[in-house]
Amino acid sequence: MPAPIRLRELIRTIRTARTQAEEREMIQKECAAIRSSFREEDNTYRCRNVAKLLYMHMLGYPAHFGQLECLKLIASQKFTDKRIGYLGAMLLLDERQDVHLLMTNCIKNDLNHSTQYVQGLALCTLGCMGSSEMCRDLAGEVEKLLKTSNSYLRKKAALCAVHVIRKVPELMEMFLPATKNLLNEKNHGVLHTSVVLLTEMCERSPDMLAHFRKVSLVPQLVRILKNLIMSGYSPEHDVSGISDPFLQVRILRLLRILGRNDDDSSEAMNDILAQVATNTETSKNVGNAILYETVLTIMDIKSESGLRVLAINILGRFLLNNDKNIRYVALTSLLKTVQTDHNAVQRHRSTIVDCLKDLDVSIKRRAMELSFALVNGNNVRGMMKELLYFLDSCEPEFKADCASGIFLAAEKYAPSKRWHIDTIMRVLTTAGSYVRDDAVPNLIQLITNSVEMHAYTVQRLYKAILGDYSQQPLVQVASWCIGEYGDLLVSGQCEEEEPIQVTEDEVLDILESVLISNMSASVTRGYALTAIMKLSTRFTCTVNRIKKVVSIYGSSIDVELQQRAVEYNALFKKYDHMRPALLERMPVMEKVTTNGPADIVQTNGETETAVLETKPPPSGLQPANQANDLLDLLGESDITPVIPTAPTSKPACAGGELLDLLGDLNLTGSPVSAPAPQIAQPPFLLDGLTSQPLFNDIAAGIPSITAYNKNGLKIDFTFERSNTNPSVTVITIQASNSTELDMTDFVFQAAVPKTFQLQLLSPSSSVIPAFNSGTITQVIKVLNPQKQQLRMRIKLTYNHKGSAMQDLAEVNNFPPQSWQ
Amino acid sequence: MIKFFLMVNKQGQTRLSRYYEHVEINKRTVLEAEVIKNCLSRSKDECSFVEYKDFKLVYRQYAALFIVVGIDQTENEMAVYELIHNFVEVLDKYFSRV
Repeated sequence: MPAPIRLRELIRTIRTARTQAEEREMIQKECAAIRSSFREEDNTYRCRNVAKLLYMHMLGYPAHFGQLECLKLIASQKFTDKRIGYLGAMLLLDERQDVHLLMTNCIKNDLNHSTQYVQGLALCTLGCMGSSEMCRDLAGEVEKLLKTSNSYLRKKAALCAVHVIRKVPELMEMFLPATKNLLNEKNHGVLHTSVVLLTEMCERSPDMLAHFRKVSLVPQLVRILKNLIMSGYSPEHDVSGISDPFLQVRILRLLRILGRNDDDSSEAMNDILAQVATNTETSKNVGNAILYETVLTIMDIKSESGLRVLAINILGRFLLNNDKNIRYVALTSLLKTVQTDHNAVQRHRSTIVDCLKDLDVSIKRRAMELSFALVNGNNVRGMMKELLYFLDSCEPEFKADCASGIFLAAEKYAPSKRWHIDTIMRVLTTAGSYVRDDAVPNLIQLITNSVEMHAYTVQRLYKAILGDYSQQPLVQVASWCIGEYGDLLVSGQCEEEEPIQVTEDEVLDILESVLISNMSASVTRGYALTAIMKLSTRFTCTVNRIKKVVSIYGSSIDVELQQRAVEYNALFKKYDHMRPALLERMPVMEKVTTNGPADIVQTNGETETAVLETKPPPSGLQPANQANDLLDLLGESDITPVIPTAPTSKPACAGGELLDLLGDLNLTGSPVSAPAPQIAQPPFLLDGLTSQPLFNDIAAGIPSITAYNKNGLKIDFTFERSNTNPSVTVITIQASNSTELDMTDFVFQAAVPKTFQLQLLSPSSSVIPAFNSGTITQVIKVLNPQKQQLRMRIKLTYNHKGSAMQDLAEVNNFPPQSWQ
Repeated sequence: MIKFFLMVNKQGQTRLSRYYEHVEINKRTVLEAEVIKNCLSRSKDECSFVEYKDFKLVYRQYAALFIVVGIDQTENEMAVYELIHNFVEVLDKYFSRV
């Protein structure tokens, strides 16, 4: 068998391959030759073969059959064999293969070899791919080598120790004594690796960190750094005029870790940081690398303000530099520091905004993020102008982020509602198709909030989609608004702008074209159809046209549209009397984090929900009024009458125990669910309970109480509790009237302390007949998980003898069995 | 931490690869191809740091050869940039006429 070809030959041959297939063929041929050579147990050429195998592995071809051969090479006595063997081990073996453990013994022997290069090889390999078992076995050897005087070995041992610590953190203490003398070396190699080792230890264990701070590591490091800066030219370590910048950077990083959150250490390093910052040459990239690291360190430790200002100025200088790399690095650091040193960064705002126009993608992204972080109440107009211009011209991958950022910033700092709406319009028209889906409901909510701008908004939106209705989010928002405020549009009133004359037919034209267009997504069509439907109540002369459109879509292929159309049709035919109430104007929406409004009365018009249900008109309008009552009762609430489906809860004032219905109320979280009791809510809170307050397992009779008795109005409470669910108490109130005239429009309201939850169900009627001839019953469910004493404040309003009466009372005489 | 060190030529052929973290062998080729595509598409005026997936690439071009180093967030990008150059200088000194 001829001698196998040398590695160089192989490389040359492979390079001549012109296609991937040719290359693969060559490699397969060579692999076969190598495999047969391995089988023959040929010692002389084994290392050559393994070298070739490693090269092929690097190109991406499988080479696992060489693993055992590597082990054989490691065991051999020749240095050339060992060298390739260890290299192969580093590349091909790792802890996933079982054979790697066979290496442990070899490495152990080689760590004690007489030749330092062999020892070095062993250390290198162990530090590269040692598994936890290997590390545990050999850590002692490594630690011994860490203490030798041979600097070649010491530096390798330090790096190996880093790996050991990463794999087996418990062994960290073993290396601690050896670190005492590490920094006394002159050799930069040892210094560098020692600093890496110390960094690793400090990062991993806060105990070590404390230890090193105590052992005054900082002064040692400061001394070394000073020597580096002050010493003259040293040819060994010079890189473009700076002495060993890599070591400087490492030391700065270790200083950062030591100084973080620690005043003493930070003080000790203030001087040297200032020195480095001022003395380093900035003409070359190397100097800038060191300055960058210095700035990062200054920002991270507890430095004095003068130093921080110096750091930010350095960053500002970086921003003006022509080199892209430096500008990128500066922007990244400024982004990190903008939270803490906001004012200082503001000074460089104009430069940052200029970077938005840069050609480089990375720089633009950084500049955009930084600009958003810098927007505040003062500069919002100027910044927005720049950002909108950026949105126009930037790459598509930025547009979504930029649009969201602009919306957020506009929301926080908008100087006026009109400006806010203008900005939104601008974003929708320029980057309409990149706006995120969740932006549409947010926008709609925003628009409903600015009541006085409705006419202006709908007019602008109408003009926007007249020209172009391809951008889906824009069209969705526009159709929604036109549906809601179409009457304002055709009436031609608009204070902010020159009103345009639009007829009802024109509006319907545009909505129909949205429906028909191929460009419209299914969701958009849904919006348009619902908008058309809403206009049936707002427009006067085109109702027939609307009916026709709606009935056409009753047979649409799109299930979504078809369902809507069919239901709307039903609305026209069977429930025409309810149509005005159902399609009324939406109330102002409360900004809730999870969802939009959930006004049950008008879910019809809520286009975000997929399925439409024609609800029979509940006592929807009534609860709204009663809601207002109780909300007034509960004090200054600027919460609008929204009826959430959240569990009912009565808020309490910050005082705690007693509820002050008229005082300041801390209405936390979602809007008060006080109106909820008037509508049949699913008993979310009190699961399993029906509206009939009868349990199957009622606790033994709890005495009933008279909660209120004044002016002829008596209210009795009867209690029921379940054995299985003792934290729930069901109270049935009975209101009777002993006077000679009826009490009408009776409303009972109740509030409980914070630890309780209350649910009021509908009363049986609102009239209490005179002479005790009848009663009103109402059910209250109280959840008392903490088994605290029940207390309640009640408010009664009714009409009696022609005048409106109102009374407040506190009920304290609850029997203990009702809450214990 | 340095994740990997690559030397790739303009045609996408890997001349040297060293991974400091375990990456499956078939994923390596894919990674190299993507990385080189990223670097080739950048013009000369753009900066040498690219964000790729969850780490950064620092690359430097020497004639027809790209040297790309993948680092994570804890590294100083500019120091790594210098390191690449240092590496090339060492190779040059050792092998002459690189």
